[in-house]
Amino acid sequence: MDAATDAELVARCRAGDESAWGQLVDRYARYVYAIAVRVYRLGPDDAEDVFQEVFARVFERLDTLRDSDALRPWLAQTTRNCAVDLLRRQGREIAVEDVPEEGDDGLDRLDEALTVHAALDGMPPDCREILDRFFRRDESYHTISAELDLPPGTIASRIARCLGRMRDVLGEPGRNHPPTASGEKVGQR
Amino acid sequence: MMTAEEQIALALRALPTPPMGWVEAAKELPAARRELETILDRIERDERFREQAVADLEAMLRAEGVEPTPVVVAHLRRRLET
Repeated sequence: MDAATDAELVARCRAGDESAWGQLVDRYARYVYAIAVRVYRLGPDDAEDVFQEVFARVFERLDTLRDSDALRPWLAQTTRNCAVDLLRRQGREIAVEDVPEEGDDGLDRLDEALTVHAALDGMPPDCREILDRFFRRDESYHTISAELDLPPGTIASRIARCLGRMRDVLGEPGRNHPPTASGEKVGQR
Repeated sequence: MMTAEEQIALALRALPTPPMGWVEAAKELPAARRELETILDRIERDERFREQAVADLEAMLRAEGVEPTPVVVAHLRRRLET
């Protein structure tokens, strides 16, 4: 796994490193998608337009990002702008209070979730795989058991053990200072 | 009151997986942009090709083997206007 910080990824992207761009997309694809479908409740077609537009704008304007560590809030803002633009183009009225801002509960939850997902990416492969299958891909015990050739009883205990390991890495979510998605510790800024 | 493990589980479920095709398309942006730059260069040099692009951008892109997605078309239109 590449644990490059956001600033390192941005620097590599600016230097024309296409694999760094791929990592940046992988790191933030779920986040952008979640803002589109969970916060703005866009349907599949609209969500796809917003998703592609966000990454296109970010790709085009990466050189204008002044603080490379501010990639996540910049992506969130770009996603908000794209979603609002799309809804306005469609003639849907948007009340100011309906436009989530930094500090909005829904976005805060997604930010915290992004941190947890980043921590999952740093877990040992066996934990990463089983938690990814169960929580992110929503696979059943039965499916995981068959795919990984493990007894179903082992699946439950391994999930519990891996969640415990994540708890140790993160501290209690929202209470301590977990590593951020960009790889630095909160409070280091 | 949720346990830490329950909060982690909730957070893991909070970010849904986007369709793989969307992610791949976003990853291919650098290559796609290079292809578009080649097309834009040709538009600048070839008046007839430019007329085709202005008349029907989507058809021209298809003829060049480029999928005319809304993002690609919007990008090209912006560039053509400048």
